Amino acid sequence: MSALIAVAVPLHTAVKYVAGAYVVFLAIVLIYVAIMAKRLRRTERDLVDLRRELDEQRADDREVGRAA
Amino acid sequence: MRTVLTVLRKDLLLELRSLETVPTMILFSIATFVIFHFGLNRNSLDGQLAGGVLTVTVLFAGMLAVNRLFVAEREQGGFDGFLLAPVDRSALLVAKAAALFVFLTGLELIAIPAFAVMLLGVPLWPALPGLIAVLALANVALSVIGTLVSAIAVQSRARDLIGPLLGLPLLVPALIGTARAAGPLLVTHSTGSPPGKWLAILALYDLVFALLSYAVFDFLLED
Amino acid sequence: MITYGRRLRGLSLVTIATISLAYALAFFYAPEDVDQGFIQKIFYLHVPLAIVSLCGFIFGGLLAIGYLRTGDRRWDIRSYVAIHMALIFGIGALITGSIWAKASWGHWWVWNEPTLVSFLIVVLLFATYQPMRFSIEDPERQARYASVFAIVAGAFVPLNFIAVRLANQYVHPRVLTLEGGNLPASMALTFYIALLGITLLYVTLWTYEMAAKNARMQVRATRRKLLGEDAMAPLRRSAAPS
Repeated sequence: MSALIAVAVPLHTAVKYVAGAYVVFLAIVLIYVAIMAKRLRRTERDLVDLRRELDEQRADDREVGRAA
Repeated sequence: MRTVLTVLRKDLLLELRSLETVPTMILFSIATFVIFHFGLNRNSLDGQLAGGVLTVTVLFAGMLAVNRLFVAEREQGGFDGFLLAPVDRSALLVAKAAALFVFLTGLELIAIPAFAVMLLGVPLWPALPGLIAVLALANVALSVIGTLVSAIAVQSRARDLIGPLLGLPLLVPALIGTARAAGPLLVTHSTGSPPGKWLAILALYDLVFALLSYAVFDFLLED
Repeated sequence: MITYGRRLRGLSLVTIATISLAYALAFFYAPEDVDQGFIQKIFYLHVPLAIVSLCGFIFGGLLAIGYLRTGDRRWDIRSYVAIHMALIFGIGALITGSIWAKASWGHWWVWNEPTLVSFLIVVLLFATYQPMRFSIEDPERQARYASVFAIVAGAFVPLNFIAVRLANQYVHPRVLTLEGGNLPASMALTFYIALLGITLLYVTLWTYEMAAKNARMQVRATRRKLLGEDAMAPLRRSAAPS
């Protein structure tokens, strides 16, 4: 049975395949993290915008309050 | 139970009068046999190859019926009417699955003899009882999954695509069971009894998914 | 209001530590396999990815049951993220499995490896989850249908595994397995730590994505509350749970 299974490939080819597998894994994780980072940047930007608009709104309300 | 029979009767009457689904399935399967003849470049099939070709053909023809199962309900307000009626909602699932089962049986009544004439290299007669048992179980699987998937697909925008897309992977175990059970039947000196292991798999699959579908179907009908 | 971000730092540290330990053990401690040689080292990556992915799909199904029982959208989002993550891990398992097959059998794909084949079917099924979701416009209906799908597909996973395994011709030897099935203790230890590491990675990434989605939802809700309906920008993908 064991003779049918795997040929123990020479070390230098084996290393390439194993390294490839682990690199693929790492790449998937890093790509995912990068996508999430992009999304977080957008959320942060939205928060900044939101804060700015809120401040503007408060400033307007104060002006209106003073004028009235 | 009465609800099931009423809805079932409605669907069967509709099909009988309009003759849309079953003849299409039959024509499709005969065309598929021709395509397999050319695709495989074989004049006759037997054994596992025959089992596989038959199973795949029935499966794809079934998908045609699945696509149209709930269309009338969606477009003509049948869903709303059903929801307003004081009946158990899962009855719709049972009725539609039963209708699909009847359609598949109708298909196979014509397609199996056609297959025997066109492609099968061994006599059909001795294999027939076993084949009927296998196909009965397979039809249950197709009906249950087909109804479930159709109910999901009818509410989505990509209606015709989603049905087969969801259904085919879900049906793989049933496909395996059907093809592997039918294969040993379609040989020259078959024993006539399908391998028990695969019938058991099919039966288990049918049971699990019938119960599961019955449990979740309510959620698909809510408004 | 549940915050996910709090646990994230601790989780990430534990994950990094466990994974580093696992793969250090894999390369410096675990003995080389007699038959497959150095190639076998992929085992410590591929199998944990596969196991965690399958568990993730089932986890997603369980969370979906939570949604159907409570109607609380948060369960649906947890289910969505669980399935999404499990799909990514599943694709990773398929790719690493394929590399292993190529290295030890010479082909990028082998049909007589039942785990890989049943995995392909499961991945194909769950790959339809997102297209199906996004083709349903009404958000409440979308969540409901997605939950039904997650439950049915979750139940499908074990059945599929059994069926494909039975369908495998035992004439052909299994490719991606260790000889004899009895792992020597050093390999077993390494494997279990690797499994733990990948599980922790899944949990960390799941928490990470839940935190991001949660933050995003709160920004939108706050925006709507403070600035009114008109200030709302439309969602990018139609009906995507954001």
